Amino acid sequence: MDDVQAMHIANGIVDGPVSALFAVLAVLALAFCVWRARADLDDRLAPMAGLVAAFIFAVQMLNFQVLPGVSGHLLGGALAVVLVGPWVGALCVSTVLIVQCLLFADGGLTALGLNITNMALIGTAAGYLLVAALMRFLPKTPGGVGATAFIASVVGVVVASQGFVLEYWLGGTTQLSMTTIAGTMAGVHVLIGLGEGLIAATTVATVARVRPDLVYALRRYRKTVPAVEMADAS
Amino acid sequence: MGAGHAHPLYLDRSGPVHRLAPEVKILATLLFTVVVVATPREELWAFGGYAVLLAVVAGAAGVPMKWLAKRASIELPFVLLAVALPFAGHGERVGWLGMSLSVDGLYGAWNIVAKGTLGVVASLLLAASTTMRDLIVGLDRLRCPAVFTQIATFMLRYLDILADDARRMRIARLSRGYDPRFLWQVRAFAVSVGSLFLRAYERGERVYLAMVSRGYDGRLPRPDAGGATAAQWAQSAVLPVAAAAIAVTAVLR
Repeated sequence: MDDVQAMHIANGIVDGPVSALFAVLAVLALAFCVWRARADLDDRLAPMAGLVAAFIFAVQMLNFQVLPGVSGHLLGGALAVVLVGPWVGALCVSTVLIVQCLLFADGGLTALGLNITNMALIGTAAGYLLVAALMRFLPKTPGGVGATAFIASVVGVVVASQGFVLEYWLGGTTQLSMTTIAGTMAGVHVLIGLGEGLIAATTVATVARVRPDLVYALRRYRKTVPAVEMADAS
Repeated sequence: MGAGHAHPLYLDRSGPVHRLAPEVKILATLLFTVVVVATPREELWAFGGYAVLLAVVAGAAGVPMKWLAKRASIELPFVLLAVALPFAGHGERVGWLGMSLSVDGLYGAWNIVAKGTLGVVASLLLAASTTMRDLIVGLDRLRCPAVFTQIATFMLRYLDILADDARRMRIARLSRGYDPRFLWQVRAFAVSVGSLFLRAYERGERVYLAMVSRGYDGRLPRPDAGGATAAQWAQSAVLPVAAAAIAVTAVLR
């Protein structure tokens, strides 16, 4: 893991008051996520969310080659949203970010609120709103949920990057042209999002084929089949 | 990291910094970073003072400078951003070596490099002297909500298992003669990510059932009550207090 480069905002990029503001925002939003995630998972929350967070962390450690010499890794936010839903997803991504900050020095301590807001809150919220909207009319099949995951990944990553633009606009430490920053961030993140979306789509389609009951985005549309009947049918 | 108790940045030493209770180290690191970020960027020498403080802590912790410098390279993308600032910044400009540089941009670049580096080095020192378990215990004692410390505990406990799972799948794929190396061959990678999720989720369900059958009711037994002593709080307070003193002197001067 020696060649890992920071993807997260460092200290000193955004000034203190704005960082503090977003830290408060992140704490409030996460408290709400905990409340809603409990409704999803009840007292299974800690072990299940822990394993999903470990999954996201492990996925971020897996590099795949894009071209010879260029490799990338997944961020996993949209993947988590489609597979486990927005509340547990946001909790898991935040836990990953906190641990990366404290144990891997990735992302500044004072910028933790900013990073959580962008990647765990804005990214998952945008991704999930799209998933909820798209799943209304796309086919509820592995292909359909895969396409949803692709679009949600691209949009989620780009929107999360614009979260940084907003924060920089509010509390950037240097005057820069905001359109330049917004354009650069969006351009870079569209590329990241396309790669991310391709892998997320295939991953989600695989899971949907094997255990469709585990895919959160499909759960609402499933007819509940009593376990006994399922056993008879098989 | 085969043992699963340490993490890649942990350095096994027995110095005074390693012996401090984790909660005092976390708080000291946080306060120090806050002081650094709050310091006005024009007070150049204050940042030199902070660097000296960190060098003293690194010496006490037995963390080599070379190790710190190598790991601090994680910050590189932001240094590149900083290099661009003097050219892209607005406002008053100065000429240097025939280049026109923005004064605001120069200060901005300094701000990012200085505060970023000090923050990364402080975090590295925390990571180098604290094991994963201690970090969770420390967060717990700092009254971090139990749901987060529990999720983090499970995450760290199972991270190595999942990483090994992924490694085994990769070796199985390689030994069957398939080594995808281009973006258009990404399907094999994605399918193993999918099965990694299934394995993780199903393992979570098994772990939960095993815990319920041992009497789990949504709460984990709290670790031993012994926290930091007053002496340890005082010892670790030296770093943020000294930093705050530097900051106050710099501002009042």
